[in-house]
Amino acid sequence: MPFNGKSGKFNASINTVEIGCGEKAIKIGGENVYPFYTFDAPIENAPKIGVMISDLGLENEPAGVKAYYEGCSSFAEIAQKAAAMPGADFVCLKLEGADPNGENKSTEECMTVLKEVVDAIDVPLVVYGCKNVTKDAELLTKAAEVAQGKNVLILAAKEENYKGIGAAAGLAYNQKVGAESAVDINLAKQLNVLISQLGVAPANVVMNVGTAAVGYGFEYVVSTMDRVKAAALSQGDAQLQMPIITPVADEAWSTKEAIASEEDMPEWGDQEARGIGMEVSTAASVLASGSNAVILKHPTSVATISALIKELV
Amino acid sequence: MALKGLDIFKLTPKTNCKECGSPTCMAFSMKVAQGAVDLSKCPHMSEEALATLSEATAPPMKTIKVGTGDAEYSLGGETVLARHEKTFVSRPRFAVNLTADMDIDAVMAEVKKVDYDRIGEQMHAEMVYVEYTGDSAAYVEAVKKVCGIGKTIILGCKDVEAAKAALEVCKAEKPILDGADASNYADMVEAAKAAGVVLGVTGADINELYDTTAAIEKLGYKELVLDTTGADIKTTFATTVQVRRACLAKNPDRTCGYPSIVNLSKIAPNDEPMQIALASMFVLKYGSIIVMDTMNYARALPLYGLRQNVYTDPQKPMKVEPGIYPLNGGDENSVVLTTVDFALTYFVVSGELERSGVPCNLAISDAGGLSVLTSWAAGKFSSTSISKFIIENVEPKIKCRKLIIPGKVAVLKGDVEAKLPGWEVIVAPNEAVQLVKFLKDMQAAGEI
Repeated sequence: MPFNGKSGKFNASINTVEIGCGEKAIKIGGENVYPFYTFDAPIENAPKIGVMISDLGLENEPAGVKAYYEGCSSFAEIAQKAAAMPGADFVCLKLEGADPNGENKSTEECMTVLKEVVDAIDVPLVVYGCKNVTKDAELLTKAAEVAQGKNVLILAAKEENYKGIGAAAGLAYNQKVGAESAVDINLAKQLNVLISQLGVAPANVVMNVGTAAVGYGFEYVVSTMDRVKAAALSQGDAQLQMPIITPVADEAWSTKEAIASEEDMPEWGDQEARGIGMEVSTAASVLASGSNAVILKHPTSVATISALIKELV
Repeated sequence: MALKGLDIFKLTPKTNCKECGSPTCMAFSMKVAQGAVDLSKCPHMSEEALATLSEATAPPMKTIKVGTGDAEYSLGGETVLARHEKTFVSRPRFAVNLTADMDIDAVMAEVKKVDYDRIGEQMHAEMVYVEYTGDSAAYVEAVKKVCGIGKTIILGCKDVEAAKAALEVCKAEKPILDGADASNYADMVEAAKAAGVVLGVTGADINELYDTTAAIEKLGYKELVLDTTGADIKTTFATTVQVRRACLAKNPDRTCGYPSIVNLSKIAPNDEPMQIALASMFVLKYGSIIVMDTMNYARALPLYGLRQNVYTDPQKPMKVEPGIYPLNGGDENSVVLTTVDFALTYFVVSGELERSGVPCNLAISDAGGLSVLTSWAAGKFSSTSISKFIIENVEPKIKCRKLIIPGKVAVLKGDVEAKLPGWEVIVAPNEAVQLVKFLKDMQAAGEI
């Protein structure tokens, strides 16, 4: 008597969201099974990988990242190189220089960079704010306008600033809206409801339910994503059926494990290998928990996770 | 299927003798049905009744014990597919893959360098997987080298004679014999039974694995683990998930109710980042033993952190030990910051403090493992608890008299100052991420 397992296919499915335009546009979501459960039903769209670049350039990047971009002298060249990274599906431009607690660049300065990147690449683009809710409200509203016609994903509208960003990105300029909440299923759902009340179609919303690096309270990330996917699929909760995108690079590369130099922690060994370890482990974990896209930055991590997805889907 | 209290009651002697500690047989039966009391507490159950009941009340997934002494580990025994439903119980263990042609002493010397404490848990590779490559004498020699080094041994060997010879040298350490398949299972069961060890079952695909396991159960041997490693990554993931799902389904399939072994050295050989990625997935999704090429810090730091996170009981918060944690070379003259003992808070705060590069002391008092606002609301993080901790533990050791308290409990400033004469109390920003700038500004202004 052979193995007789019940199929775990659901009647409900995750929304399919398309980002970018032309031949290189990507679709995320669409599946009606748990992550990588291809034995239940085919996965509609394989999870996608984005490469994160920053408007602060390459100065603070690990050696392997710097080496990859060697010779790039403008944001246009960096963006093109990122788009060409083996395994990459899209590019994510982080406007961290706008942070009032950091460089505090003006919105105009940031838009010059954004314009340069938008014009340089033909792969889909994700625009990532500076995490300051007040500045992001202004910055991302403008970004939605500047990138008009490119079908970009704006990351992210939060509870504090969703009105302006949601309206600009989702209504005025026909971009995709990222809805960011802090590792809690109820907050994620509430924000989706609020954004849909603005009039943004659910098919234009992608969630960032929040993340941490592995080892840093990651159990909350796993349980939040597990519960979101269970609610979306087994209970057919339409307000949680948006696909999930998870920016992994920032979290993974700012941990002690990735930052501590070999001089400080000689027994820990090669610093870059540790950073890659944190990045691939966090990425594989959020994918296994239900992310439909991840944002990474190290070429080795991108290649590894891309190979992993190819093997599994 | 779980039995109801009444079904159990019918099989009790119904004498209400109270020897089990419950006032009546009925009360005892109800407790057994809930899983609160073990059936064996009743000394008067008939053999027959015991057999019927233990079969029916047995958990859907067996708990298998392997190894001896400090290297004894429990595998399996899970009751849910997702940790938020209840909790995961037996954390996956990591094994290092070895073959006879390697310099085993050198490999193990490297592996042993990873052995550290992470929030009260000792992290190291707990097991070794010794793979048979065709030379029986060399295999036995290799197994001898890993005896008595405090690691649980897994024999990856499908050759019955070689397996028997290897068991002779290591059976006292309660290894796992991972070698039964459709062609050799009868002999392997005999060898495992004779040596008293757990048997690993493999199959070309999930059906063969299932049928072989069923056949072994028929032979009366149930000390098993299922090697769910397939030909490639996709089938390995599929088999591992499907087996676990079948045994924890509403109508559990007990033939699937055993822990699993996944061998990454077979499906992603010599690819460290890929092994880290796969190991992470199998920590989340149903690997009980994860075999890899080696163990080093690039692998250990993410994987053990992930495992510790995911295997915490959602009902019990992770706590760090109360105490003074000097950061960035903080000494007795460095500023003191305080926060709660909730592990997540500690990690986030200490991480930001380290990023600031400012030498400081982080004083953690016992706040019940709750977050700042929750413990404050519960009265476990108050001006009294903070000042008591500072006077008893910090004052004797630290000369600096500046104390930074979390922004979320700014309201405590006055009270803490009143209870700590001589101290200057400073309120930190609301969010940990703002600490970097806050401390750097203070340092630049010469305040600390």
